[in-house]
Amino acid sequence: MSEQVGGEYPRTPLLEVAELTVHHGQLCAVDQVSLSVRAGEVLAVIGANGAGKSTLLRTIAGLHRPTAGSISFEGDNISKLATHRRVRRGISLVPEGRRLFVSLTVEENIKVGAQSAGPGPFNLKAMYELFPWMPERRHQKVGQLSGGEQQAVAIARALVANPKVLLIDEVSLGLAPIVIERIYEFIPRIVDQGVGVLLVEQDVTQALAVATRVHCLLEGKTSLVGVPTELTPAAIEAAYFGSDVAHGAAEGPTS
Amino acid sequence: MIWVNTVIEGVLVGSFYALFACGLSLMFGVMKIINLAHGDMAVVAGYTAIFLVPKFHLAPVWSFVVVVPIFALFGYVLQRTLLQKAIDRDPFTTLLVTFGLSVIIENLLLEIYTANGQSIDIGVLISKSWQVSSTLTISYFSLVVMAVAVAVLLSLQLFLSRTGTGRQIRAVSDDREAAQLCGTNYRHIFGIASAIAFATVALAGIAYGISTEFFPSSGGANLLFAFEAVVIGGIGSLWGTLLGGVLLGVSQQLGAHFSPAYQVLGGNILFLAVLAVRPQGLFGKRTEM
Repeated sequence: MSEQVGGEYPRTPLLEVAELTVHHGQLCAVDQVSLSVRAGEVLAVIGANGAGKSTLLRTIAGLHRPTAGSISFEGDNISKLATHRRVRRGISLVPEGRRLFVSLTVEENIKVGAQSAGPGPFNLKAMYELFPWMPERRHQKVGQLSGGEQQAVAIARALVANPKVLLIDEVSLGLAPIVIERIYEFIPRIVDQGVGVLLVEQDVTQALAVATRVHCLLEGKTSLVGVPTELTPAAIEAAYFGSDVAHGAAEGPTS
Repeated sequence: MIWVNTVIEGVLVGSFYALFACGLSLMFGVMKIINLAHGDMAVVAGYTAIFLVPKFHLAPVWSFVVVVPIFALFGYVLQRTLLQKAIDRDPFTTLLVTFGLSVIIENLLLEIYTANGQSIDIGVLISKSWQVSSTLTISYFSLVVMAVAVAVLLSLQLFLSRTGTGRQIRAVSDDREAAQLCGTNYRHIFGIASAIAFATVALAGIAYGISTEFFPSSGGANLLFAFEAVVIGGIGSLWGTLLGGVLLGVSQQLGAHFSPAYQVLGGNILFLAVLAVRPQGLFGKRTEM
């Protein structure tokens, strides 16, 4: 398959996940999934509830230990690296449910993210330009913000670490469609800075609109890999719901 | 005048309770550890001041210069090793580990230093006092302890609200996993919180050792007062701890005013009243669980 975006960036992947398997106790949540993320591209991982999307992201961030397989970042195996060290290497996760620090203000939340930041274009000031409503509400506790605003703070908090790969988990969860649209408007602007984005989304339409490539999970296994423009709705539906897994299935990552 | 006397005495004792309790409050607030060995740590600080500090040829009144840094380091190391291992398992293990520490410390102190009472002798400084009126005298030492308690709480408050590390401590206390995702090594932050807690309990232990005689078993009773101060003020709130300590001190002195036997009772009545009316404490956070 061909790729249209990211021509000015190195062709070698920043993040490479190979044959990753993760168990929650007896349950196999992620089953031999392989994928890669390059600078300046968006890889969308879609799938139904319980397909293993969040577990996949959390394992890449270091919050779960894989049972098998490997996670490499810029050529180094980081499978055993602690979560906070992965952040310093350049992998940040915007967690599901936002997970803001409720007793801290907007600005303090972002500053915690900036504390172990690497070099890069994103700092507090850049965030205030990206989200113009923020400066005047920076001393408010995050509990006073709306869901969409909280999501923006969560994204800003992850961005100020200047990640090379940004992992975004279910950004649209619990938000109104108009708010989701606004949040998604920021993703191209992040990608423009050369950040690779790996996002997990239940909302397939949103994911397809923003993605360079799509990776569909079904019950922990890869059921479809492809470029949005080349995939038919029927193929995606089949991969998403598993009515016909064989149809349109590709083996491994398309790289 | 007798009432004023009682209240002032209560405030002075209470600020000692607050100094004693703030480490307990911090460790619970950040790590959710209930450190049952907290009182014994204060006693160990007292023994350290008596038996180690003379080796440095330092006047006993300056013993905190040696003991506080040692305790901060000890707190960090204990947190990163034993306590972290316990936290990684479950809260009940942590409770048992601190209980075990308490038993071990008490018995080691008994074994090494016998059950005889000890006290840190700062000479004539302890007996100097301020004659406010014919019926009211305030000892300088208890004023110093109160000033230290307020200064410690104030600097702790400033540290938590103004510095990057303080911000990380609050972030870890809110959501440990999210803090990790922000690049924070929460184990290191736990260590720092523990170092601060141990440093403050060392100060409290020295103050206690100067003002009264203490024994290997003195930790338990003081721990109870510290718990009461923390619960009355509200867990996790430093100013709450100060207020809790002062209110506890005042109600104990009021109790003692009626009969010396009612001193502890007075404090316990306030404690139970707060638990019944406002279980989260006067300054307690709403629990979001």
